[in-house]
Amino acid sequence: MAGDRLSRAFAALADPTRRDLVGRLAVADATVNELAAPYDISVQAVSKHLKVLEDAGLVTRSRDAQRRPCHLQADVLDLMTAWIERYRRETEERYQRLDAVLASLDSDSDPAATEAAHEDGAAS
Amino acid sequence: MTSATRHETRIEAVPDQPVVRITRDFDAPVERVFQAHVDPDLLTRWLGPRNLVMRVDRFEPVTGGAYRYTHTGPDGQEHAFFGSFHEVRAPGRIVQTFTYEGFPDGVSLDLLELEDLGDGRTRLHATSVVDSVEVRDMIIASGMESGVVQGYEKLDELLSA
Repeated sequence: MAGDRLSRAFAALADPTRRDLVGRLAVADATVNELAAPYDISVQAVSKHLKVLEDAGLVTRSRDAQRRPCHLQADVLDLMTAWIERYRRETEERYQRLDAVLASLDSDSDPAATEAAHEDGAAS
Repeated sequence: MTSATRHETRIEAVPDQPVVRITRDFDAPVERVFQAHVDPDLLTRWLGPRNLVMRVDRFEPVTGGAYRYTHTGPDGQEHAFFGSFHEVRAPGRIVQTFTYEGFPDGVSLDLLELEDLGDGRTRLHATSVVDSVEVRDMIIASGMESGVVQGYEKLDELLSA
């Protein structure tokens, strides 16, 4: 369930307008009209974006208040922790590949030969 | 795997600054780690995610040079990245810009510093600076490479549902 939630959050935040909306809601709650004001797109289009954010659990809208302001869910911060961990794992995987490349340089060739190979590669 | 478990990647995302800092140790001398960053044949062996094929379109790792590379996914979709080498100073410093062409307004300034720990070991410091905390969070949330690709695929699924 947590993974599915995360997937929907990633998908929702793949759009730059929705990332901008989340960024602004992180500062303060706002109504759809207030959120739509700075954009060249319609209030309806902003509403659609908000619906995607709502479905992803990133934003809630109070049902009773007349203004129905949009509110960024506090546990988005927990998502951020999860994102940093995922980003860290991806970076770690990349550097494990670099470990393997560096190990192959050590075993396959002495520094002079590696340098020559590098120059060949740069020249071609 | 043994060296990888010993050398953990550390990520620091300062809450109010549009910065990501990465630190990682390597059992190789500074010159070798530097070489793995400026030799395109070596770079393609580790930089891109495993499930994507990396093609180097342009690569001039010198001060004032430029680069562009493309990741192709299993579905054939291409994702290109480009930037300039602001400074390439052997053996321990590379400063470059980085833009994902799918998000052309975004650019990060990436500083790579290689610290000689002695005994043939190196500590890599990578700092990425962007123009807002929101963009920084997006980079972390999306991974900028595999994450962006998967993110857009999932967005497509979501929108077609």
